Amino acid sequence: MKNFNGDVLFLDRSDINTDEIIPAKYLTENSKEALRPYLLEDLSLDGFDPGRDISGKSVVLTRSNFGCGSSREHAPWAFEANGINMVIASGFARIFRQNMFNCGMMAVELPRDTVEIIFNKFNGQKTSITTDMEKMAFTFNVPTGEALEIPFSISQYDLSLVKAGGWVEYADKNY
Amino acid sequence: MGKTVAEKIFDAHHVDNPSGDIHVISLDAVFCHEITTPIAINDLVARGKDRVFDPSKIKAVIDHVSPAKDSKTAMQGKILRDWAARHKIKDFFDIGRNGVCHAIFPEQGFVRPGFTIIMGDSHTCTHGAFGAFAAGVGTTDLEVGILKGVCAFKKPQSMKVEIFGRMPDGVYAKDVILALIGKIGVDGATNRVMEFCGSVVDAMTMDQRMTLCNMAVEAGATSGICPPDMVTVEYLWPFIQDQFGTKEGALEEYSRFLPDGDAVYTDTITMDVSGLAPMATFGYRPDQVKPVSDMEGTPVDQVYIGSCTNGRLEDLEIAASILKGKKIAPYVRGIVSPATPGIYSKALETGIIKTFMDAGFCVTNPTCGACLGMSNGVLAQGEVCAATTNRNFNGRMGKGGMVHLVSPATAAASAIEGKICNSPLYRLPE
Repeated sequence: MKNFNGDVLFLDRSDINTDEIIPAKYLTENSKEALRPYLLEDLSLDGFDPGRDISGKSVVLTRSNFGCGSSREHAPWAFEANGINMVIASGFARIFRQNMFNCGMMAVELPRDTVEIIFNKFNGQKTSITTDMEKMAFTFNVPTGEALEIPFSISQYDLSLVKAGGWVEYADKNY
Repeated sequence: MGKTVAEKIFDAHHVDNPSGDIHVISLDAVFCHEITTPIAINDLVARGKDRVFDPSKIKAVIDHVSPAKDSKTAMQGKILRDWAARHKIKDFFDIGRNGVCHAIFPEQGFVRPGFTIIMGDSHTCTHGAFGAFAAGVGTTDLEVGILKGVCAFKKPQSMKVEIFGRMPDGVYAKDVILALIGKIGVDGATNRVMEFCGSVVDAMTMDQRMTLCNMAVEAGATSGICPPDMVTVEYLWPFIQDQFGTKEGALEEYSRFLPDGDAVYTDTITMDVSGLAPMATFGYRPDQVKPVSDMEGTPVDQVYIGSCTNGRLEDLEIAASILKGKKIAPYVRGIVSPATPGIYSKALETGIIKTFMDAGFCVTNPTCGACLGMSNGVLAQGEVCAATTNRNFNGRMGKGGMVHLVSPATAAASAIEGKICNSPLYRLPE
């Protein structure tokens, strides 16, 4: 299983699309690693600087309809190449969400109100997250010592993809 | 309980129900292009699984960057080309015979009512115009589709979209779908199928239905679906006549996939188009839509007519009827990309291409190129383009460029004026 713990990158906007995550001009690359420098290059978000803000982050927290637009799996790959294996959001576009689990990564949906609480409490602070896959819970921590535990749920099917490391081996074995 | 079109198609393709509402279905076709397929091919090779489930059900095209613009895109084409050759994939379309995937595959007769189709391309929903379940997927799903001929989906729920009224002159399927996305938002149909119906849809040609279904994904939909009818049969007739003998026989067979009267939908959207005006987008989201008249006077640097949304023959005919005998504004760059060689060829025969050229348009070969800012018409920082494409995302046609999505009629009229404006075919309601 991939790593789902670490520092949080807050992206406080809805409808962040795949062209913002990785622009089409980089789709000519044939390796995941080659995408690394271009993650979120075209993101429209006040105060966000990809060169400064992505480094060292392991998890993204964002709003609704994340990953809308293109089917490009380059979007999850660009995150993976930067050490980000999990996105937590109040909603996902279908293809992006499926691509994440197909790669053994996690796209976890939380209720809108819960996401709002996390943003209000922690956005702007250095925040880290630990993910307990047995208990199905996240713990958010900030340097002041404040902590917040948030339960989450993913389907057994999605969990089996995360554990198997993706859909190709699963499907080839079963169908 | 009655069933929707998507539910009937899923039932007919059931393979497994591994858990909960996840259904694995068999695929009638896997479509491939050179941007998302090469990585799937490389991964299959690396896993020692360089196989295809059925070469006759795999269709491949080089369309996104054609001709290749550099060594990297040349290599993407080569990987796809070599793979098609070694697996004896007969339906492979290389330069000279290639077109935009969502235009050339229907034109070749590869889509049938009741089919299940995936492709590593979000606009695969276009093929739902034929009463198929067609969905865009990522590279991993594509890879499994190529290898095993199956794909996993959540059991599809459908939203019913009923479109009725009298379409005003100069208002088109593009305006209808833009207005609809403006109404329900960019996640208004997420994880659902948009099932279209109503007198306006019934009266649409297949070209128009493809425009409608093409943009279903811009509202988050898994697929757009128009139930099959005689219009569908007429379009497919050259490909299916040997199978059925009569059109009525074909229609009867395809009627298996019509929705039941008591089918259950998550919601029903009704749309009266009688007062609809030509629409345009104004921001970086396809649901930021307003009437063209509210944007009149916005200067444009480029006008692009083409893409899987609006690069078909009817689209070119409408644009040409407005451009005939006119010149585009001297500082505007007009680019038209007929979506397939078949369309290009017909447009040559009927004089449409000459009309475009006389008006000052550059006519390119069939390719997706400019729509996603990869080639053949990339915008510079600060430039504005009126485009018949499907996405106005920030940077979509080039970093720092602004895209206004419009119909071919609005695009042609805007090219002449050098500013966004309504086409002369549209008359304001009295």
